Amino acid sequence: MTADIHDISVTVNGTSYRRQVEGRLLLSDFIRHDLLLAGTHVGCEHGVCGACTIIFDGAAVRSCLMFAAQADGHDIMTVEGLAPDHERLHPLQQAMRECHGLQCGYCTPGILMTMKVFLEENPAPDEAQIREALSGNLCRCTGYQHIVEAVQLAAERLRK
Amino acid sequence: MKPAPFRYIAARSLDQALRLKAEWGDEARFLAGGQSLVPTMNFRLTQPAALIDINPLAELSGLRNGGRLLSIGALTRYRMLERDPKVGRHLPLIAEALPHIAHPQIRNRGTIGGNLAHADPASEMPAIVVALGGRLRAQSLRGERWIDAADFFVGALTTALHADEMLTEVELPAVPQRTGCCFMEVSRRRGDFAMIGVACTLQVDESGRCAAARIALCNAGDGPVFAAEASQSLVGRAIGAADIKEAADLVQRAIDPGGSIHASKEFQRHLAGVLTGRALAAANERARRDR
Repeated sequence: MTADIHDISVTVNGTSYRRQVEGRLLLSDFIRHDLLLAGTHVGCEHGVCGACTIIFDGAAVRSCLMFAAQADGHDIMTVEGLAPDHERLHPLQQAMRECHGLQCGYCTPGILMTMKVFLEENPAPDEAQIREALSGNLCRCTGYQHIVEAVQLAAERLRK
Repeated sequence: MKPAPFRYIAARSLDQALRLKAEWGDEARFLAGGQSLVPTMNFRLTQPAALIDINPLAELSGLRNGGRLLSIGALTRYRMLERDPKVGRHLPLIAEALPHIAHPQIRNRGTIGGNLAHADPASEMPAIVVALGGRLRAQSLRGERWIDAADFFVGALTTALHADEMLTEVELPAVPQRTGCCFMEVSRRRGDFAMIGVACTLQVDESGRCAAARIALCNAGDGPVFAAEASQSLVGRAIGAADIKEAADLVQRAIDPGGSIHASKEFQRHLAGVLTGRALAAANERARRDR
């Protein structure tokens, strides 16, 4: 079989990239290995853990369940696009830091990207809604309590 | 890179996608949301020679209200159904089941057609379209045909679709008057596959007697199980606790769950009885309220 190569053009965190990718290259691996944006973590690679969650055309999705070729012409945001600059953190990141919403940090990028969209759509969520929204992201360190508190704090600050 | 090599083709039109499928046959798979297919490819359990990506085909997405019938394009994502008020109004069974279907990120991407064509026996939507008595549109270069949901699911991960056909549309009846619906499932964690799930609809007549009932289960056999005898047993009765108990017993006898390390056959059968009883009681209550 001749190589299955595709030219793609994709916008990630506001920067447009043109690359050649093999059809079977997962979007998660493309983001990490081709674009060298290693903030997107790869946990289970079959859609269970949520560590690889990115924002694809405004929706939080698993990047391990898409192919890079599918991103052609689309808009992506990864955790590297969250903070406004090198000096400041995004309110969600700041709140995670203050509330001890992470220990090992492996699940954190996926949680941040999931919560970013969630808070934009639900600016004043209750605890049950936050837990439901977090259900697709596995964290084995924190027991989630501090993550929930961080999301509540971030929501409060983002509303101001 | 995890999946085995394959040829990726982004479809430009439905016609082109069908032509490619006719050429490649069983060697090719359609790629819709990919939320079930891609994990199996990452494990190399599935190694298609070609993937025909139908995501560019916007005409396959959307929900149309045709009065008594609703039409849902196969590429309609679960998230879209969650946000469409027509679903809550006309398809309350689906509205109730949606939060149980995986997680928000999966629902952002997963499609109703992909879910149905994947035909996982543990999946919620096959049981729901069977309970609703829907029908599915299969298109190929040869033409189109409509398949009753009850005939669509042939076995585990197996459907009545031919190698050159695509499931393009799901047609479901809007909930009629004096009808209650209920979906319930038990899973180990929220968003996990159900150990057992029950979908039912129950219609009462002016006098409050059951005019029609349909009960279907997920993860209770090789595919969605329509509990015909249990459903029929309710018709004509002014439903009380004894009728519900009888129907639940009939459901327990009708199913043949696979059993797993997390839930033995016996436990699944037990759950099926309990959930059927609760779901029927809720549906009956809702139907009476709708009078």
